[in-house]
Amino acid sequence: MSVETMVRVEDKLFQNRYLVDAGRPHITVTPHTVPSQRLLSLTRICPAGCYSQTDSGQVEISTDGCVECGTCRVVAEPAGDITWNYPRGGFGVLFKFG
Amino acid sequence: MAQEKFDAIVVGAGPSGNACAFSLATRGLKVLQLERGEYPGSKNVQGAILYADALEGLVGDFREDAPLERHIIEQRIWMMDDRSFCGAHYRSEDFNEDRPNRYTIIRAQFDKWFSRRVVQAGALLLCETTVVELIRDADGKVIGVRTDRDGDPIYADVVVLAEGVSGLVGARAGLRAVPPPDTVALAVKEMHFLPRETIEARFNLQGDEGVVIEAAGTITKGMTGTGFLYTNKESISIGIGCLISDFADQGQTPYGLLESFKAHPSIKPLLAGSEVKEYAAHMIPEGGYKAIPQLFGDGWLIVGDAGQFVNAVHREGSNLAMTTGRLAAETIADLKSRHAPPTAANLASYKARLDDSFVMKDLKKYKNLPGTLHNKHLFTTYPQLLSKAAQTWFRVDGLDKKSKENAIVKSFFQTRRLKGLIGDVLGMARAWR
Repeated sequence: MSVETMVRVEDKLFQNRYLVDAGRPHITVTPHTVPSQRLLSLTRICPAGCYSQTDSGQVEISTDGCVECGTCRVVAEPAGDITWNYPRGGFGVLFKFG
Repeated sequence: MAQEKFDAIVVGAGPSGNACAFSLATRGLKVLQLERGEYPGSKNVQGAILYADALEGLVGDFREDAPLERHIIEQRIWMMDDRSFCGAHYRSEDFNEDRPNRYTIIRAQFDKWFSRRVVQAGALLLCETTVVELIRDADGKVIGVRTDRDGDPIYADVVVLAEGVSGLVGARAGLRAVPPPDTVALAVKEMHFLPRETIEARFNLQGDEGVVIEAAGTITKGMTGTGFLYTNKESISIGIGCLISDFADQGQTPYGLLESFKAHPSIKPLLAGSEVKEYAAHMIPEGGYKAIPQLFGDGWLIVGDAGQFVNAVHREGSNLAMTTGRLAAETIADLKSRHAPPTAANLASYKARLDDSFVMKDLKKYKNLPGTLHNKHLFTTYPQLLSKAAQTWFRVDGLDKKSKENAIVKSFFQTRRLKGLIGDVLGMARAWR
């Protein structure tokens, strides 16, 4: 899809306000050698593009742009692919409009 | 605070939590409300449409100072293929009334306002405070919560979980499961700002009149979902959402889907020249009646999105949230006035109140619909057939009308076959009944 390839989610997240809890990510990926299909799907369906695949094939997360929707939790937490918490009180995304 | 005991702790300051805390406080109960955001609304996302009725039952004078955007006088329902839409529109001067029925709102602003009313009513609100776990006594009864503010427990007779669709506390405590991916949608949304005169000219509006568009079709690329476009005073909310199980199966990016929707030839001119000021995402409970978890137990109740209280067909959620919050509060206040303990047996009257209200009646009516809507033909084949039929009908090209009719009927039978057509129609009729 031509439109989609032009979309950079970073440009969208740039509009948002965050209070980043530096050094305390609220989501972590369970260490793995080969990622599960669930984990791999997060590199596509996370609406903030927080998940990416490393050169050696593992899925990693950077939570700085997380909008706290919970999609990855629904997909991957029950099977243990990730751990999911809320950011500490006051931290994370701050919607002006919501 | 550690020594203090509350009549009720409400976890969350969205519509259900605010409705509950407000109702409890106005009845004179001692209420603590905990919110993890910097301010109420800072973590909350909705389209958003406010249905006045549920709020009016709580805050009768809300129109005086609530941040309302536009009252809705026109509803557009669009069935879309890649180049067209086939629409049903309803606009009425009757919606220009003293006490309008539906408004567009901006949730972060609205929640802040509602929360001010809650605090004025006497509830104690603590923001920037994430509840990390429920505290139980030796018998398993919920007697309070622990937060990340300090490790100290806070005690109450009842804990109301108004923690939203992705609420962790109830799941951690084993009160309900993490919702399965086919019972929740992921929606993404942008706020597009335009001068109000531009919005009014583009949508044929005067003053604070508003238009909302709900759209389905090939915009979701075969996934079960819908798009929306709502007019605010000086902005347009545009978004699209699909079941998370469908996103996971198809590997579509949500922001790519939103860009395609915005680029549709029927949508693009409506947004032309706008300035985007926020991108948000949120989950929406879509599982309906069958996905509702256990709603009460010894010392606890669940309200709002945490209880899957969304009517996916009518796009109603915040009104169900407020109503469940109010009914939970009425249950708690009633027990308190009778000096009856908040045991599971006594709190069961919350469920009875729900069953007696439009909340459960509506969700029950559509209990089989979520499964029926999980049919990709509804989002690809039918919109395409409808568009083709309309075009065949309206295009004047020398072909006689009888032949046009035959071509339209044939296109439906060829594409979906008699068996498929009957199955889709019967399935929908049965689920709707």
